Amino acid sequence: MTTATTHDDAHDDHGPAKGLMRWVTTTNHKDIGTLYLWLAFIMLLTGGSMAMVIRAELFQPGLQFVKPEFFNQMTTMHGLIMVFGAIMPAFVGLANWLIPMQIGAPDMALPRMNNWSFWILPFAFTMLASTLLMEGGAPAFGWTFYAPLSTTFAPDSTDYFIFAVHLMGISSVMGAINVIATILNMRAPGMTLMKMPLFVWTWLITAYLLIAVMPVLAGAVTMMLTDRHFDTSFFDAAGGGDPVMFQHIFWFFGHPEVYIMILPAFGIISAIVPTFARKPLFGYSSMVYASASIAILSFMVWAHHMFTTGMPVAGELYFMYATILISVPTGVKVFNWVSTMWKGSMTFETPMLWALGFIVMFTIGGFSGLMLGVAPVDTQYHDTYFVVAHFHYVLVTGALYSIIAAFYYWVPKWTGNMYSETHGKIHFWWSTISVNVLFFPQHFVGLAGMPRRIPDYSLQFAEFNAISSIGGFAFGLAQVYFLYIIIKTIKGGEKATDKVWEGATGLEFEALPSPAPYHSFDTAPEIK
Amino acid sequence: MSTASSADQYYVPHGTHWPIIGSIGLTTTVVGFARYLHGAELTMTFLGLAIVIFMMYGWFGQVVNESMSGLYSKQVDMSFRWGMGWFIFSEVMFFAAFFGALFYARAFSIPWLDGASNNAATAEYLWPNFEAAWPLLAVPLAEKYEVAKQAMGAWGLPAINTAILLTSGLTVTLAHHALKRQDRDWLVYWLAATVALGFLFVGLQAWEYSHAYDDLNLRMDSGIYGSTFYMLTGFHGFHVTMGATMLLIITIRAMKGHFTPENHFAFEAVAWYWHFVDVVWLGLFIFVYWI
Ligand code: HEM
Ligand SMILES: [Cu+2]
Repeated sequence: MTTATTHDDAHDDHGPAKGLMRWVTTTNHKDIGTLYLWLAFIMLLTGGSMAMVIRAELFQPGLQFVKPEFFNQMTTMHGLIMVFGAIMPAFVGLANWLIPMQIGAPDMALPRMNNWSFWILPFAFTMLASTLLMEGGAPAFGWTFYAPLSTTFAPDSTDYFIFAVHLMGISSVMGAINVIATILNMRAPGMTLMKMPLFVWTWLITAYLLIAVMPVLAGAVTMMLTDRHFDTSFFDAAGGGDPVMFQHIFWFFGHPEVYIMILPAFGIISAIVPTFARKPLFGYSSMVYASASIAILSFMVWAHHMFTTGMPVAGELYFMYATILISVPTGVKVFNWVSTMWKGSMTFETPMLWALGFIVMFTIGGFSGLMLGVAPVDTQYHDTYFVVAHFHYVLVTGALYSIIAAFYYWVPKWTGNMYSETHGKIHFWWSTISVNVLFFPQHFVGLAGMPRRIPDYSLQFAEFNAISSIGGFAFGLAQVYFLYIIIKTIKGGEKATDKVWEGATGLEFEALPSPAPYHSFDTAPEIK
Repeated sequence: MSTASSADQYYVPHGTHWPIIGSIGLTTTVVGFARYLHGAELTMTFLGLAIVIFMMYGWFGQVVNESMSGLYSKQVDMSFRWGMGWFIFSEVMFFAAFFGALFYARAFSIPWLDGASNNAATAEYLWPNFEAAWPLLAVPLAEKYEVAKQAMGAWGLPAINTAILLTSGLTVTLAHHALKRQDRDWLVYWLAATVALGFLFVGLQAWEYSHAYDDLNLRMDSGIYGSTFYMLTGFHGFHVTMGATMLLIITIRAMKGHFTPENHFAFEAVAWYWHFVDVVWLGLFIFVYWI
């Protein structure tokens, strides 16, 4: 395999072009990674402010600030923006920055397409956000957009939502194709598959999931579109279709989608824990196999979101057992991280704190997920705040925590500057306390029967909701503080060493200076 | 200093304006279409499509030029192969969604509407006169959807179309063999034959649609049978049109002397794509038309 690089201009070690057009026309994986990460952060703050509206309304029982219709638009847009705008682009941004460096490649395999994957997204999200200003308001049917709420009873703006989803899908599929081509074709000589860092492995599997399910989502919204405007009856029983069919198709996408949002997180945690435990990762190959089996199983469990929708009993049983089976490979991972720390010489720098926070709180979310996977008890939990608590533990203290951990872990490599350890630690403890104040009480109100996606509630839930809202505002503020930390670190700070962390391993730390040069590996590094 | 054409280096292009043009084009297209759905003219959609076509022409043109001037190493070629392969897989999954809808309707929703599984009481109460059948020519709520008079048979046009597509799969393979033995004349002939068969297929499909509309009253709004029929055959027909257009471009390039026995990724990519639409058609023929 050849690895030297040609550029289409005559000189090699030049920096980026100047001005705004640099960002619009760039094909450099680091530039594109930066674009993705900033987009994700802007979306996080946008979706976060919607969450603040939701929590303000729920601070007390009764209707205070917003109309019920607007409340529903807020939950819908919040969910869509966080999933498609914050978490997914953040992981793609990390993939762009890290995968070429970690496998010793000059860049991503298809650099022009890489640019397009990113530059579709601002258009897609502008379209999505513009629905808020349209007559009849934004979509208000929840991020799961079940028919017939999204077909017969939806506002006109739904069509813009549909096309926004199409565009995001095109972007995700192109991004995923690029990741796969890069990993399979661009590794430095000697970088065998089983030597790849786990972040690379988990992204390889994530990319496969993306290519498999984003087109199914595109199919689902396409059927919605024709049901809305061309009188097809896919989701209409009157014509022989079935609204339940929508749920099946949606969740065939939706469940793998949740693994799309957590597998790269597993890769990040598997990089950080060994560094700060100063021991190699325990059970590397079992991590790889566990990730692969999670991916395969994730296609076979979708109807656990539909236990109360109505399904033959055999179906309920099958989906229940299959769901619970997923806890086996997931457990393997948690045990491996714990075993990695066992008897290690641990230190607790900021990235490690976020990683530990991830391990503890993601596991809490995993346990509530197990509870929800049990069909008979899910009959009680479904569509209550217990579900809200569950998916926020896995998404906020899971996916989002891993992204923040990754930021602190790799930002010295990206910028050449250390962040301030004091600020990082304050950020961690502030977030971790508030996020639990925010989401833990939601378990209780959920078990007691408080439904989700409702702007008002009965009086017995008042205290817990007030507590939850306070936690919410505090957590939101903590992320504004994070913005300050990010900018400060980019602007300056103590210079990072090339290795950054005493226990760090991997090409990006061992074979590249800090900050990493604009072109990482024009000639392939040697892999021992 | 690296001079830009060494064949064993990985080519990393710098700076490209095609993607942003593509994004503008796509956005214009879909916003235009959304506005059309609410009463506007299609002008904006056509403008958007024109931008997208301009972008594809420019982008692919640039890639072709780079390839012809020997900038791409074997490794770059391999990236393209992985890219195309996984793109086709994504297309497979797109069709899988609509096949899934077809199977779900046939296996579950229609029998259940007639009371199968544990739905006897519901069916009796809601649609007492509904009877499960496939192709579905009587929907549960007859006032809402005007149904087809008759189903589309398999052994007329669809069978001929099957033969046409299968033959075209053969001709494109013969073209590949001709390319490999450097027989440019037959390369062009077989390619031209494939293109002709492809467009013939599309023409016959259009004819079948008019027959379906005028004679059978089979339309998109004829209940789930019409919905699945048009969604699946429609998207397939669109893909055949795209494939045939790409084949036409490949034919023109072959006439201009592009491609060598060692280096003809574009040809192969289009051939893979062509086999893919072929296989999808077999699925359609069996599950939409035949059984
Ligand atoms: C500032 C932190 C956050 C707060 C305070 C917050 C709060 C909320 C609230 C109050 C709801 C509405 C519950 C309901 O009535 O159904 C909600 C829904 C949701 N959140 Fe968050 N959230 C936060 C962060 C996130 C993140 C990072 C994600 C991303 C992955 C996320 C994903 C979702 C999803 C998918 C829904 C469901 C939307 C729907 O039901 O349509 N949230 N969140
Ligand atoms: Cu699930």
